[in-house]
Amino acid sequence: MARMTLSDKLAILSDAARYDASCASSGTARRDSRDGKGLGSTEGSGICHAYAPDGRCISLLKILMTNFCIYDCAYCINRVSSHVQRARFSPDEVVQLTIEFYRRNYIEGLFLSSGIIRSPDATMSDMVQIAKRLREGENFRGYIHLKTIPDAAPELIEQAGFYADRLSINVELPTDNSVKAYAPEKNPVTIRKAMGDVKSRKEVAAEKSYTGKRGKRFAPAGQSTQMIVGADGSTDATILGQSTRLYGAYQLRRVYYSAFSPIPDATAQLPLIKPPLVREHRLYQADWLLRFYGFGVDEITAARPDGNLDLELDPKLAWALQNRALFPVDVNRASKDMLLRVPGFGTRTVGRILSTRKHRGLRYGDLLQMGAPVKKAQPFIIARDWTPGALTDSANLRARFAPPPQQLSLL
Amino acid sequence: MYTVPLPRIGTDLAWRDAAKRLIGAAIPPQDVLWDFGSEMGELFATATPLPPPSRRIKAPQSFIQMADTVVWHKDPQRFARLYAMLWRLRHETGLMQDRADQHLAKLRQMEKGVNRCKHKMKAFVRFRDLRQGGDRRSFAAWFEPTHHTVEPTAPFFARRFADMDWMIATPDVTAQFVDGNLSFHPGQPKPDLPEDGAEALWGIYFCNIFNPARVKIQAMTSEMPKKYWKNLPEAQHIHDLIAGAEAKMQKMQDAAPTIPPERAERIQKQLRQQKDDDQ
Repeated sequence: MARMTLSDKLAILSDAARYDASCASSGTARRDSRDGKGLGSTEGSGICHAYAPDGRCISLLKILMTNFCIYDCAYCINRVSSHVQRARFSPDEVVQLTIEFYRRNYIEGLFLSSGIIRSPDATMSDMVQIAKRLREGENFRGYIHLKTIPDAAPELIEQAGFYADRLSINVELPTDNSVKAYAPEKNPVTIRKAMGDVKSRKEVAAEKSYTGKRGKRFAPAGQSTQMIVGADGSTDATILGQSTRLYGAYQLRRVYYSAFSPIPDATAQLPLIKPPLVREHRLYQADWLLRFYGFGVDEITAARPDGNLDLELDPKLAWALQNRALFPVDVNRASKDMLLRVPGFGTRTVGRILSTRKHRGLRYGDLLQMGAPVKKAQPFIIARDWTPGALTDSANLRARFAPPPQQLSLL
Repeated sequence: MYTVPLPRIGTDLAWRDAAKRLIGAAIPPQDVLWDFGSEMGELFATATPLPPPSRRIKAPQSFIQMADTVVWHKDPQRFARLYAMLWRLRHETGLMQDRADQHLAKLRQMEKGVNRCKHKMKAFVRFRDLRQGGDRRSFAAWFEPTHHTVEPTAPFFARRFADMDWMIATPDVTAQFVDGNLSFHPGQPKPDLPEDGAEALWGIYFCNIFNPARVKIQAMTSEMPKKYWKNLPEAQHIHDLIAGAEAKMQKMQDAAPTIPPERAERIQKQLRQQKDDDQ
């Protein structure tokens, strides 16, 4: 076989990496290279350097070190039983690609993942070497996200956390049974243990010793995980329940939801349907409500008996339609908690309402002026010169928001 | 009547200094004309010197922060709007918290526009390697910002790319960073930059990280508007990626499941063996 060029490898190993949703480069420690001795900076908020036609942000060079893999996870393009073309980067190639892309302002840094080759330890060790060369050989101060291999030795995880900004381990599927069915070599208990380990190491790093010395740097941007949606039969209630447990138990920064999408040379085990993008979107909305709006999983998933979110309405609106007795709320009097539950009102709108109502009684036009999405909120609020009257309880309120029913196609 | 000349480079400090003097002397907004980059020409030039800096001027911190951003907006009315707001702030305490005031809302909207433009500049500047040899590598980029954002955004590039020399040329202002020193110069027409082989690799990455099964064009264009495409090397691939997506997806769905390659069975057997040994 002809020797592969760098372009060939890049094509194969970025194609293989696209199923990881995360591309975040935010929330890490602030660094810069003003001393002139290194390259790169991180300043809190991440930057999306480009967008692909799938609407996803491209912030990091997201590649696999290799797509050779000894595991056989049904949903994965790189599973051992697939005929997909294989390639492997040398450490030098990954380092050079990262640095040269970074210097041209294409990326914020590197997100390195890998198929499992030889053993978990051998794979993790190669990945850590790449991160180490970037940091110590090239003085790279940009963002590094390393995918950690659950079974890897603790000292390798410690080193990974020392060089990387973020670590992640994918739980892959929402229930243990699904993991067993579709990823036979992976063990949900080991995955959780690895996440627990990352969490406690991070806590140790944050503590100061009695001399006031800080612990060794460890993944300042925390850890995240990903769940594939639509590959198994889990309901949204199951998925969100799992997320809530993960956020609580392992202090994850983010849980990513990835709509299962067709892969080349797929197994017969899984349905090659169009990826459930709307469902994925609703899950992200629900995830936000759980973390920043004071909602509980039960409240959000109670709207429908089958435990799934309403695909036609955003989850807050769906909840409000089920709980109309709590509305309308008076924007001039309601508590912050209650304002956050008004459909259409985000945290920013609520902040503006609270600061402005100290100065004047809010009218409908004032809400418009401050950029609040009033059309959605209308039936649920009272302002000085606005009351929804019978609108709040009207029978066809849902129809105002839901998309018009579509005619079935003939084919 | 005062006509205040404001330079293209250092606009923020010049506006702030003039505003302090004028407000200190209680000059009402209707008596001030702001002339950015001598656009008004001689016609409106007046010889009236600005009042001397007088007593301490009090303005809320939130206004000063907002003004530092709004001065870079392209709207010719920005200076007058800011000064009118400063004039009102003399007597209307708490005005900055009133999100429903329409003049403030307009300024906030302009602030948002400038911040977005700064953010997009950080994202979409694309350097090319000038291959000049020497101790420090040197790069250059051509960029066309919506507002006058080169000056307030350049320090970001200086913090990030401190171990190399670079230039960001725009029609408005050119920023240069040489041996650790940042300087600003008048704008220029698009320079002829040498080809850079890394752009082809970047294009390959862009094409392959795209998932043809989840085309969402609007999500892309709302964050990466078409006006930026002409200076983004990866954007030339967008058309073909969209055109070919449906067929690629169909091919994946139509493909019949295959029999695993021979080595798969071998590797899996080894793996099972290992697991049994471990237990």
